[in-house]
Amino acid sequence: MTSPLQQKIKITGPSMVTANRTWDGVVIYRTAQQGWSANLSDAAIVRTSDEARTLLGEATADDVGAIGAYIAPVELEDGGAIKPGNLREHIRSEGLTIDLLPVPA
Amino acid sequence: MYAYDELDRTLINERVSEFRDQVKRRLSGELTEDEFKMLRLQNGVYLQLHAYMFRVAIPYGTLSSKQMRALARVARRYDRGYGHFTTRQNIQFNWIKLAELPDALADLAEVGIHAMQTSGNNMRNVTSDQWAGVAPGEVEDPRIWSEILRQHTTLHPEFSFLPRKFKIAITASEHDRAAIKVHDIGLRLYKSAEGETGFEVLVGGGLGRTPFIGKTIKPFVHGRDILSYVEAILRVYNQYGRRDNIYKARIKILVHELGIEKFAREVEEEWKLMGDVGLTLDHSIIEEVRSRFSYPAYDKLPHMPDELKQAAHDPLFERWRRNSVFPHKVQGYSIVTLSLKPVGGPPGDATADQMDAVADLADKYSFGEIRVGHEQNLCLPHVAKRDLPQLWKALDRLGLATPNVNLVTDIIACPGLDYCSLANARSIPIAQELTRRFANHDTAELIGRLHINISGCINACGHHHVGHIGILGVEKNGEEFYQITIGGRADEGAQMGTLIGPAIPYAEVADVIEDIVEAYLALRDRPEELFVDAVKRLGVEPFKERVYATR
Repeated sequence: MTSPLQQKIKITGPSMVTANRTWDGVVIYRTAQQGWSANLSDAAIVRTSDEARTLLGEATADDVGAIGAYIAPVELEDGGAIKPGNLREHIRSEGLTIDLLPVPA
Repeated sequence: MYAYDELDRTLINERVSEFRDQVKRRLSGELTEDEFKMLRLQNGVYLQLHAYMFRVAIPYGTLSSKQMRALARVARRYDRGYGHFTTRQNIQFNWIKLAELPDALADLAEVGIHAMQTSGNNMRNVTSDQWAGVAPGEVEDPRIWSEILRQHTTLHPEFSFLPRKFKIAITASEHDRAAIKVHDIGLRLYKSAEGETGFEVLVGGGLGRTPFIGKTIKPFVHGRDILSYVEAILRVYNQYGRRDNIYKARIKILVHELGIEKFAREVEEEWKLMGDVGLTLDHSIIEEVRSRFSYPAYDKLPHMPDELKQAAHDPLFERWRRNSVFPHKVQGYSIVTLSLKPVGGPPGDATADQMDAVADLADKYSFGEIRVGHEQNLCLPHVAKRDLPQLWKALDRLGLATPNVNLVTDIIACPGLDYCSLANARSIPIAQELTRRFANHDTAELIGRLHINISGCINACGHHHVGHIGILGVEKNGEEFYQITIGGRADEGAQMGTLIGPAIPYAEVADVIEDIVEAYLALRDRPEELFVDAVKRLGVEPFKERVYATR
């Protein structure tokens, strides 16, 4: 299997590194303090491909704490708030978009 | 029901201990994720968007009430109180913690359930007809043969590292409820003109990004030879199947590239070369497996009991009976399908409370037995007709009596982008919206049999290719779009649906399906002409015109 670090990394906008926590699978985000947080608002934001590669390298080095780290796009609002950059990350961050119990019309 | 012997119980318990140790070593850092991944997959543990997903096998779709309660306990204790029944007679839990998985496996092992080979490149759960053993006209119970194959292939070293996953389905009825033509190997049990029991063997069926209908490789293989013949197929696949390209690794690609005649010759040659390798099933072996299946002691009951005559005056009961109750091979009994497709609900999901309640109802009305079908519904296989009115009331209270079996709202759907890391688009909210659009049961009955199947990506876990209407989620420039196919079917006349045109955006899918159904109602030549038959007669053009004329 090709390591994420061996893959060509090219980002076109602000991005973060996300993974799942090993012991329980919870969605986590790499922070600027070289740790992990379950809150997207704590994510370290990178703007260049070199920065992204470095952040991903730090993340994948933590093989015990996190699983499946990858780079994902974000949107930055005027006030600095971090929003998921696509639907997949929106669902990972905000949760299911469905009703779990039947909801008739 | 099948009773596991001491060997099975030991195997399952040892597997739990082994996995407990592997998880411990993973969490301590002794095992890297690269080292651990294959080990967790061999125990049915995937990583999905939000959490680990745990897939548990329900061999040939048969569960005891005790086993169903164990599934409920896992849902409640280790997950978020519900589970998802899949299209291959498995159940998936979506929120399980890796650290707690060994305990969940241990709880399941107590009732003889496991997750072995529910993932990975090996022989997956051998599936069968959910009506096995009770369907009128069935040649014999196909689960006996499923169990023989399960025993032979479980942890078999030669089949633990196949080029790709491998799925077998078996039916013993004229009407195929197990979708055998879209499996790697499909087996149809029948009696030859000479009265011998054997199998038509199909090979190379499958869905995914390269869908194929299985082809008959041998019209008749005697029952005693089925194990060796299947092994010959697997040996040829193991030798020639591609390992260099995951997208070309399934046996369907090998069969397609070699051609069925050449593939059949290779298998025949291998079969002869194998000679007698101890795989011939003598009568005593088959009977030993058969003897471990227990069957209810049915009472002698009238065909039309008074309780049923009286209940027939209630139109709601009658609608449910007409839709969800099916003939049984024993007079006075019925097969009852429990719809897991409530209006506005996620298809195939059941809460822990529902699972416990179904277990109680199975004890009370179905000799403690429950079945799971590939259409993502449950089934009580031995219900006395006199009990149907009481059972209906109980199911209705539980939300399990929606009278929509085989109708437009009985939708098959994969978990889609709400859960799955492979998905490109959501499946469940599309299904939920469609069930609301067609919530009126009179309308659904007027439409008649119509299977809508939805997949959130080309891997086709929602079997979209073989839906009468298939819906496939794709991603276009970051947006969810859906391709629509019509005319597919998964039964004995299995065929792939035909694409009707360009993909449509998420917000328009329900409107488009309504347009297609309205076109069908206007075009069918009589009320009995099913949607899929109308498409066969008319082709896709009239439907395409209706959908795209104003878009």
